Amino acid sequence: MPITETHELHKRRLGRNVGVALSLVGFAAIVFGLTIAKIQEGASMEAFDHQPRVSVTPVTEGGDQ
Amino acid sequence: MSDATVNTEVQTGAPEARFGDYVLLLKPRVMSLVVFTALAGLLVAPGSLSPMVGFTAILFIALGGGASGALNMWYDADIDRIMKRTKGRPVPAGKVTGGEALSIGLWLSVISVAMLGLATNWVAAGLLAFTIFFYAVIYTMWLKRATPQNIVIGGAAGAFPPMIGWAAVTGGVSIESVLMFGLIFMWTPPHFWALALFMKSDYHEAKVPMLTVTHGRKETRRQVWIYSLLLAPVALGLGLTSIGGPIYLSAAIVLNLIFVLRAYAVWRRDEATAEADSYAAEKRLFKFSLSYLFLHFGALMADAAMRAAGVWGW
Repeated sequence: MPITETHELHKRRLGRNVGVALSLVGFAAIVFGLTIAKIQEGASMEAFDHQPRVSVTPVTEGGDQ
Repeated sequence: MSDATVNTEVQTGAPEARFGDYVLLLKPRVMSLVVFTALAGLLVAPGSLSPMVGFTAILFIALGGGASGALNMWYDADIDRIMKRTKGRPVPAGKVTGGEALSIGLWLSVISVAMLGLATNWVAAGLLAFTIFFYAVIYTMWLKRATPQNIVIGGAAGAFPPMIGWAAVTGGVSIESVLMFGLIFMWTPPHFWALALFMKSDYHEAKVPMLTVTHGRKETRRQVWIYSLLLAPVALGLGLTSIGGPIYLSAAIVLNLIFVLRAYAVWRRDEATAEADSYAAEKRLFKFSLSYLFLHFGALMADAAMRAAGVWGW
């Protein structure tokens, strides 16, 4: 059921809720920024959705697959 | 709906925690020292991190320190309630429940260790995890209430951040990072005991054994002197490693000479003399100890900057 009335509690906890929201947004921004930084540094990228993973592909004789 | 109504009514009369109260659980003042020393460890280490990775590393080292602070506040709520200095903390003041402090402490520990590991390497993350364990379990739960050497042991937890910063860059531990650890470890006892000599504390009411109470003030003065003598070779030795340089060595010689002289003055005084001048020598040593640590790590960073600029090699 949606909340249709604003309770006094909502006002009282506004600061706390805004603080939690900003912390979560900050955390998401850090994870995003870190991902970009890692990729720019040349960290390996692998997709796990139905594609062969380079890091677990067995090495064949002679080097090339 | 009725459940929610009952809940809000029950909580209306209780002191409501603000976001700032949860921040206070993390001991922001301690975190600022953690940020500074971890940053120093990270900047003087050979190698480099991208600014974003470096920022993330410092942030989560600080958050890990904060997490151990929250665990400390959860466990120590009973004695914090007794002492004047600590009874306004969020848990004893009734603003945050012990369960919330425990939960925040545990979750932040997991998040900070995992994020530091992902951002840098698992040696740094392992050291951070050990630091949190050391402060929350070994110090807070075990030794703080058991031995008057609690300050010495607790100081080890505060000494880890530069070592973690160093490991974040290098992926290991070396003589340089061990000596940075040693610098803070040896500095903590004279710093804290100088404060304990002139601050009236109520640790005894909380049954926390402090050296000034268990072994007397004369012995505390002697310990301040002994630790300052042990501190000087560690500080000077750090200057002879790969991260030392002319700025650090000159600063260390001057700062340690002053520190030892001020500690000597504290040792040679008796209580009557100290009371007569309102503990002037003890206050002088304590104030100087704050600058002492800041200037040592500042000098290390200055030498690193000079080396990076190619002004001198060492």
